[in-house]
Amino acid sequence: MEQLPLIAEEKKALTVSEITRQIKLSLEQRFPRVWVQGEISNFKHHTSGHLYFTLKDEGAQISAVMWRSRAEALLFLPEAGMKVIARGSITVYPPRGNYQLDVDQLTPVGIGELQLAFERLKRKLAAEGLFDEDHKKPIPEFPESIGIITSETGAALQDIRSVLARRFPAVEVLLLPVRVQGVGAAEEIVQAIAEINRYGKVDVIILGRGGGSLEDLWAFNEEIVARAIYASRIPIISAVGHEIDFSISDFVADLRAPTPSAAAELVVHDRAELLELLRNYCYTMRGSLEEKLSTLRDRVQGLLSSYSFNRPKDLLRESAQRVDELERSLTLKFSHLVQLLHQSQLTLQHRLEALNPKNVLRRGYALVRKEGDLITSARSLGEGDDATIQFHDGTVETKVQS
Amino acid sequence: MSPGKSRKQSFEASLKRLEAIVESLEQGTVSLDEATELYEEGILLAKECAEKLKVAELKVKKLTKAMDGQFETEGLKEE
Repeated sequence: MEQLPLIAEEKKALTVSEITRQIKLSLEQRFPRVWVQGEISNFKHHTSGHLYFTLKDEGAQISAVMWRSRAEALLFLPEAGMKVIARGSITVYPPRGNYQLDVDQLTPVGIGELQLAFERLKRKLAAEGLFDEDHKKPIPEFPESIGIITSETGAALQDIRSVLARRFPAVEVLLLPVRVQGVGAAEEIVQAIAEINRYGKVDVIILGRGGGSLEDLWAFNEEIVARAIYASRIPIISAVGHEIDFSISDFVADLRAPTPSAAAELVVHDRAELLELLRNYCYTMRGSLEEKLSTLRDRVQGLLSSYSFNRPKDLLRESAQRVDELERSLTLKFSHLVQLLHQSQLTLQHRLEALNPKNVLRRGYALVRKEGDLITSARSLGEGDDATIQFHDGTVETKVQS
Repeated sequence: MSPGKSRKQSFEASLKRLEAIVESLEQGTVSLDEATELYEEGILLAKECAEKLKVAELKVKKLTKAMDGQFETEGLKEE
């Protein structure tokens, strides 16, 4: 290979600055933008906010810098040993005579950036004690008023409503509508938690949304949301996504529910079970009292038969009579109550049956579907559309005429 | 305090009191007079609780804030 004339001629020797300038020009023009994959080592997070580190592989290494303005946008904190892809340009720093990779974008390899941010925040908040069990507030056993922080149009609200209506409708639900994803969602959630605490007239809060991607659920992994949950005086049940989704909210909240429906199940007792419990209590009370009465009756009878001499027998007979009367009156009250409890349960069953769409259909209503979707408006059907009509006992296919 | 608050306390309190009554009756250490009184109270409480459970419709409201910062609630229709 031909040697460069610059270096060959002794008489035209370059100054260090000159050669460095040439190198700088040459390198920076040659590598204005490169992607480099490697492992981070010698990581330093300078007090100025800039990140300094080395990228290396088995055979080589390159110095790298990420200026504060870029570093602040990172969702994860790089650390030694982490495999990354760095995007940037090669720059030469003449005072030291070295070159480095000026990084403007850094992506972890193998594990998602959001996942890393999640782990990082989780570690940080755990260390601060935000997940501590002894800070968790008890969930009231019989809440009268339940606050819900979620989207007004989301599936979560519908799910919670229908579970509450079925299990324990004797509660009041107070909705604080918020956006649950996208820019500003976290701030809205924080504000809603603060406002419902100022309003004060709820016993427990359900905070959540239906399932989605990690990005969709991200608001519930934001630090400000975690801190707002921690600061809430009213206990919070976190119900974000599906069973498998864990969010930072879940860890900070006083109780985690796997789904919004499950939160509703957890927050109220089942009415039918409570009625059953009341019924059992009544039987137990009656049983105990019966036992007491029969012991007494035996004692009175014993006295009546064993005392042959002149005892106030009339008094004893009176006692016996009183026991009998008492028993009759108690039995009467008892059967009234058992009847009432039984009726409540029947009413409940009828209500549940009324909710069953099949029974609505039996009354002469029908469901209309187009391509499987329920049609709820005449405007959704046009002439020539194929539709399916479902009756309680079967379906028919039809074509719209006009 | 909202009217709802007092209702809640009474449901929970009624049930707790009922539990206590059932327990003392089961232990059987009370006199007959006490037992009959407890029994009558218990039956009354059970009836009250059952009545409360009969509420048929879930009430859903939305919390909003008026211009002056005061809280307002508005009913939400069943979807």
